[in-house]
Amino acid sequence: MNVIELDRVTIQIGGRRVLVDVSLAIRRGEFIGVLGPNGAGKTTLMRGLLGLLPPSAGSIRVFGHAPQRGNPDIAYVPQIRTVLPDLRLRGLDFIATSMRGERWGMPSLARADRIMIDKTLTAVGARGLAERPLSEMSGGERQRLLLAQALLGEPRLLLLDEPLISLDQHYQETVVELVRRFARDRNITVLFSAHELNQLIGALDRVLYLGNGGAALGTVAEVVTAPVLSQLYGADINVVNVDGHIFVLSRGRDVERSDHLHDHDGNGHHQHDHRSHA
Amino acid sequence: MTTMATATINTIIAPMLEYDFMRNAFAAAGVAAIVSGLVGYFLVLRGQTFAGHALGHIGFAGATGAVLIGVAPLWGLVGVTVAAGIGMGMLGERISGRDVAIGVVLALALGFGLLFLHYYTAFAAQATALLFGNVLAVDRAMIVTLIGLGVITLGSLAAIMRPLIFASLQPELAEAKGVPLRFVSTAFLAIVALAVSESAQIVGILLVFSLMVGPPATAQRLVTGMWRGMALSAGLALTEAWLGIAIAYSTDWPVSFCIATLSALGFFVSRGVSLAKANADGHFQGDTTDQDNDRSKSRRDLRWRSID
Repeated sequence: MNVIELDRVTIQIGGRRVLVDVSLAIRRGEFIGVLGPNGAGKTTLMRGLLGLLPPSAGSIRVFGHAPQRGNPDIAYVPQIRTVLPDLRLRGLDFIATSMRGERWGMPSLARADRIMIDKTLTAVGARGLAERPLSEMSGGERQRLLLAQALLGEPRLLLLDEPLISLDQHYQETVVELVRRFARDRNITVLFSAHELNQLIGALDRVLYLGNGGAALGTVAEVVTAPVLSQLYGADINVVNVDGHIFVLSRGRDVERSDHLHDHDGNGHHQHDHRSHA
Repeated sequence: MTTMATATINTIIAPMLEYDFMRNAFAAAGVAAIVSGLVGYFLVLRGQTFAGHALGHIGFAGATGAVLIGVAPLWGLVGVTVAAGIGMGMLGERISGRDVAIGVVLALALGFGLLFLHYYTAFAAQATALLFGNVLAVDRAMIVTLIGLGVITLGSLAAIMRPLIFASLQPELAEAKGVPLRFVSTAFLAIVALAVSESAQIVGILLVFSLMVGPPATAQRLVTGMWRGMALSAGLALTEAWLGIAIAYSTDWPVSFCIATLSALGFFVSRGVSLAKANADGHFQGDTTDQDNDRSKSRRDLRWRSID
């Protein structure tokens, strides 16, 4: 059964066509790595699936229906994570605000909710974060908390928008492995966007490359080739395979890594890292 | 202990409460402080304190304009601030330069306030009362009005509290989950407008921050958890308002000055406390080691890349 179906979909943002005439189908339980340069439409695709950006042409189907905001089957970790105020809020309370957070009235936390939060935090190995204030957590710990939050309520589709940004390599591997294991155990479909293919290569079933309005979905061997990527990027692309690591190069420059230079995500030592690399 | 407490009541508090105007002042300040402390908690949480400040200034034009046409200033204040709050909310949160737009409108409103004053020259004393508050002149009818407005304000806040918290902490996710962001933020600004109107009756338009921002900012630094934070914020606002009146009574300084000073004092003391705390447990939080790990990993990564 197809969880996601796009049929000749075009999505515009402010007059710019970000996705143009894209058709694809994603099956249940697949782990899809979503890649492509900045502005290629990774976030746009996810917002389209969430019902936040209606297509200007074509049709999107999620679980066989047109996307609708607030679908409890879909879990989402947005890329833009609002800078949290200087608030001493425990991890548990933070997560609790998202549970039925769309309902009117005063917040409350039922015993069943508390048990579910506990179970999910344990499943992602973040039980210790329940009692710790958010303001004292490291980037990796916050990310784990957000992941746990997304997995509450047994979703069937997981949309993760650049969850590896601002994490060091060790945490990146942990997060990818965590998602892969959690999703496989529960047959959850995953769209996981990232900057580098190599971050996901051990976990993904198929890869979705976006670029220049277009999309290419398939196995790594099918999609990550010089002709397919050259067309998507609109530039001469070489693909080099070294010991199971794949490098996508344009005129000798690693396009995926140099993408990082454009990220401003407020994480001091990481920006420093990339600048030194440049 | 009890004898001391009794002595305090007999010698300090009881004489104050013998006066009708003092009882009224305590009652009115109590209502406004609790409303301001609770609404202010969310204002600080959302980082919208500037909008709250602007609403007060815009309200000044409303209050002076109302007097000019023969309406009680409170209703001019309520009408214009609520309308302005709704207007700001409808403009949306993503409009760039929002602060600039608010600033321009704020200045324009003060200008209009001045114009209305110009045509109503007998109004100078009331203008001072509007700008800096005059809690000692509150009467019974005003207290009833303040309670009524307070119930409406807190009732509305309770009705939208859950999505408001969700939208404040994680707007992108809240939007995806179906929270109507614009409606929630518009409704919230209307609620802020009501709280500003209440608060302005006590400390005046220019000093609404002392009840709406000082106490919640202090509370958010001191305690973990929303409910405790809200309770502490309301409690602090109430304490500062009442203590301010008591100090003013015994020193003859203006009430609003006393409240503003206590509010600032609370905030800076809490800052000092939380900074000292952070220094004391900094080494045990594991945060520093985490960052060190990050850094050494980045360095390793770098070396690897340069070889590559």
